[in-house]
Amino acid sequence: MTVLRYSRAADLAEAVSAGQEARLLGGGTNLIDLMRKGVERPQHLLDVSRLPAGIDETEDGGLLIGGALSNAALAADPRIRAHYPMLSRAVLAGASAQIRNMATVAGNLMQRTRCPYFADVAGASCNRRVPGSGCDAQGGVSRYTAVLGTSKSCIAAHPSDMAVALVALDAVVCLEGPAGPRRLAITDFHLLPGDSPEKETALAPGEVISGVVLPPSSLAARSAYRKVRDRASYAFALVSVAAGLRLEAGRIAEARIALGGVGTVPWRAARAEALLIGAEPTPELFARAADAELAEAETQPATAFKPELARRTLRAVLTTLAEDAA
Amino acid sequence: MSTLQNVLIGSVRTAVGWLPEGWLPGGRPDPLIGRHGAVGRQSALSDAPEKVTGAARFAADVAVDGLCHAALVHAPITRGRITRLDTTAAEAAPGVVAVVTHRNMPRVDSPALIGLSNPSAVGNSDLPILQDDRVHYNGQVVAAVVAETQAQADHAATLLDIGYEVTKAPTDFATAKASARTIPTLLYEPTQRAEGDAEADLSTSRYAVDAIYTTPWQTHNAIELHALTVIWEGDRLTVHDATQMIAPTATALAKMFGLKRENVRVLSPFVGGGFGGKGFWDHHVIAVAAARLAGRPLRLRLTREGVYRVVGGRSQTEQRVALGADAEGRFTALIHTGTSVMPPYSCSPEAFTLGTRAMYRSGSYLYSQRHADMAVVPNTFMRAPGEAVGTFAVESAVDELAHEMGIDPIELRLRNLPEVHPVTGVRFSQHALDQAYRDGAARFGWAERPATPGERRDGEWRIGMGCASGSFPYVRLPGASVRITLHRDGTAAVACSAQDMGMGTATVQTQHAADRLGLTPETVRFVSGDSDLPPAPAAGGSGQTASIAGAVMAASAKLVGELIRLAGNASPLAGLRAEDLHFDRAGLVAREDPARHESFAAILARANREEVSVTASGAVPMEMFRYAMHSTSAIFAEVRVSDVTGEVRVTRMLGSFDCGTILNPRTAASQFRGGMIMGLGLALTEETLYDERTGRIMNPSLADYHVPAHLDVPPIDVIWTGIPDPRTPLGARGIGEIGTTGVAAAIANAVFNATGKRVRDLPLTLDKVL
Ligand SMILES: Cc1cc2nc3c(=O)[nH]c(=O)nc-3n(C[C@H](O)[C@H](O)[C@H](O)COP(=O)(O)OP(=O)(O)OC[C@H]3O[C@@H](n4cnc5c(N)ncnc54)[C@H](O)[C@@H]3O)c2cc1C
Repeated sequence: MTVLRYSRAADLAEAVSAGQEARLLGGGTNLIDLMRKGVERPQHLLDVSRLPAGIDETEDGGLLIGGALSNAALAADPRIRAHYPMLSRAVLAGASAQIRNMATVAGNLMQRTRCPYFADVAGASCNRRVPGSGCDAQGGVSRYTAVLGTSKSCIAAHPSDMAVALVALDAVVCLEGPAGPRRLAITDFHLLPGDSPEKETALAPGEVISGVVLPPSSLAARSAYRKVRDRASYAFALVSVAAGLRLEAGRIAEARIALGGVGTVPWRAARAEALLIGAEPTPELFARAADAELAEAETQPATAFKPELARRTLRAVLTTLAEDAA
Repeated sequence: MSTLQNVLIGSVRTAVGWLPEGWLPGGRPDPLIGRHGAVGRQSALSDAPEKVTGAARFAADVAVDGLCHAALVHAPITRGRITRLDTTAAEAAPGVVAVVTHRNMPRVDSPALIGLSNPSAVGNSDLPILQDDRVHYNGQVVAAVVAETQAQADHAATLLDIGYEVTKAPTDFATAKASARTIPTLLYEPTQRAEGDAEADLSTSRYAVDAIYTTPWQTHNAIELHALTVIWEGDRLTVHDATQMIAPTATALAKMFGLKRENVRVLSPFVGGGFGGKGFWDHHVIAVAAARLAGRPLRLRLTREGVYRVVGGRSQTEQRVALGADAEGRFTALIHTGTSVMPPYSCSPEAFTLGTRAMYRSGSYLYSQRHADMAVVPNTFMRAPGEAVGTFAVESAVDELAHEMGIDPIELRLRNLPEVHPVTGVRFSQHALDQAYRDGAARFGWAERPATPGERRDGEWRIGMGCASGSFPYVRLPGASVRITLHRDGTAAVACSAQDMGMGTATVQTQHAADRLGLTPETVRFVSGDSDLPPAPAAGGSGQTASIAGAVMAASAKLVGELIRLAGNASPLAGLRAEDLHFDRAGLVAREDPARHESFAAILARANREEVSVTASGAVPMEMFRYAMHSTSAIFAEVRVSDVTGEVRVTRMLGSFDCGTILNPRTAASQFRGGMIMGLGLALTEETLYDERTGRIMNPSLADYHVPAHLDVPPIDVIWTGIPDPRTPLGARGIGEIGTTGVAAAIANAVFNATGKRVRDLPLTLDKVL
């Protein structure tokens, strides 16, 4: 670990100008770990943990979350808890209290995969770490790898819980760059691995995440997040489901579903949603929706159980939501 | 370990069998048994304030002037040779003091492997340590970098340029199993034991179960990382270590580095968890050698990943248990065989069939184990080695048989409890597992368990109960010695090189010595953790308390003689012999006439002495040969299993223990609970994941290797029979490891009761339940 320079950005403008050749440092809970392992080797760290870290109401009744807000503060905010409970639950389902105190919203979105081969600089090949070097995860220790959105070059899962909820909530990522600010739907932010798994997000060089916008939502207040794992806490998701349903006259008027633990990106379950909308909520419908979403899952021996686990969890979450909404 | 050893152990057994009872130490029960004194009372850890306030200095906390720091470089290949080794860049890096490789490492012999024949042997591996260009397993240390700061050492360690030629190595269990070997001895027992034709009896049994059970690799994860602070002064060596074998480590280092034993001092007053992992490993030798090369005091602390790569753990096992029973449920055949991994360079045979041999009687039986050779970090002893995983197999099988027969699993167990050791025919010194079961079942509410699986539920959560027996042998290690010093101010110090890894050794021996010497615990000080003190054996086999207690007994007997001599003719005790006296009221008292008493202070004052001191070793542990001595337990678990996800959550556990006298309920309860939590980890989440293609451990961190988190650990109730064992010092047997045995089976049996699903492969993760 050789950091030659550390500096702290006082505001966004400074972050953008200095951020051109520096690595941004949020809470450091992911970046510092990876530096210790030699996966990341930044020469200059620019601390952005003092950038805007509030939660402001937007004109249309949504919320603007500062990128430097801590995960703990996000989860504890009364507005988040009341209007977007799935987000609060997703954050609280992740990591540990200590890590959530340090971790920032922007850092969480940018956290890198937990695939063991990605982290093993000395002993393993990984296309995400060294493009073109190969993927040792396939056929290897792969319980925590993805089954959706995988490619020949990479099967690493996106590890974030928070991002799964944000994807379900149609959040918008606010970026600030040398060419000015821009906004991006969160579903366009994380990129499928394809042939270039090293390119993980749509963040352009020099861009900084300034915040995340939660649009107003009529179903979010009754939404759920369920995380499945072997250990009761302090473990990444084997499968997670973020979902919300709005019923009108006995039919599903609106559905928002995202899956964690199974996708190479936080996985928006668009196929399942499409089947649900306009239909009557029945166990058969939920089963069809879950089947459709997992239809193209590609598994390793160690992840053969995941599609079924995802289907079951999704059906159970939808069933509970429908019962509550009825 | 050899055939010779078997013969020796066998002949000692026979010889001891002829001896009249009175000859045996322990033939007359320890007079302290049943006395109400300090022993048996709740007492907090004597070093708790130091630990809680941070005043305790662990091995990596010791402040030394001019300290330099070391970082290790591990081979990323599994077997082969170093073909290129360029240290130029590392040597030129800022702060670097020395780079140690096989080229400049002093020539040292490998340590002797741990074994019964040599109590001071410490080696977990007998591979050469940085002596040549060979790599035998993935992660083996190939270099160490020493620098002014830890960060500089860590950085420079990444700059070594090392090339390897890779050769083929056994890295997958299925292949290695095919050529597994059988060694003659499993610790203290012949590997093979058979009576009758168990296979034939099995096939004609009224009821039978026959299944394969598998358990995973596990890694030691004590909270304190392994560390040494090494100081050379000429040919004197001081090592602040985190170790559970203080005196043996000093002896081994003296031998390896050609030093006089008295010139080597190993200090380890605080150890942040041992569990079998804080033994002697390559980093000891490398740190000591690197400090000598650097010419400076040096600290080496393993990283967490370093612990995974340097320190072995519990071997994976594949076990077959077959049980046959007649119509009344009496076992007609019992087969327990299987394979674990033990590379030729390691010494821990993961003796999973040993516990079973003492647990059940059966018309015929067959016990045997094989050892597969794999290229792995040398496997070692891990809390309840053998029994932790062996009880999973046999106690699952018993549950399966009970289910097949339609009888209560506790009832089936009680019908097959042995009266004498089923294999050796030797009498038990004390054995009340039946009572432990009755007490445990009543307190746990076992009667509420539906016999048919899958009947209880709460929403999507199915609820089940299971139980299992645990077992662990009593050990009193030879060679424990203590020094007792009485001071003129009426206080006493008891000293030996014992190691306290947080269990409460010092606390309990203080209570013990107080009772033994007729003092109060406030006036006794137990001093340990230093190899300059009279040597104690390694803390292992749950044997430290009994071993040291035996030495305290011997030393206190010697002390009586010494005090009589000092007391002289002017003493009220004049004319009495040692056997006429006992310790009481801070002095000696005549047995026949309690009025004849003289305090230690008075004796010393008259003799004009500041103190009197004696050193003695415990008697040879003949009781172990004469009796079958085992701590046993009945473990109960209640689980909830999600119908949706297969997640298993343990909601409560109870351990009911039969371990002789409980010396300190508070420290004992912590030992039992801690042991059970390790059993919980074995049952549900812990697994060292080797990439079987390469032999590399892929989850060397606490984020990826899942020990139980707080939320996984339910309320754990612990109770005990407290019946003293008349053949041991204080009536106590070991309690350190028994807690880990039986737990995995109790949980797996509870999962079966909840769901009707039998999982025979640990850890019991949700995909196996789905
Ligand atoms: C043991 C452990 C367990 C965990 N368990 C979970 C879990 O169960 N679920 C889960 O979701 N997460 C889990 N995490 C991950 C945790 O959520 C992330 O480490 C954390 O959210 C990262 O946030 P940070 O601020 O510390 O990021 P940092 O480590 O500071 O940075 C991470 C990345 O974000 C970039 N970055 C930071 N700020 C910005 C910005 N403003 N704009 C652009 N890029 C930026 C950095 O350059 C870096 O590449 C776990 C972590 C650990 C260590």
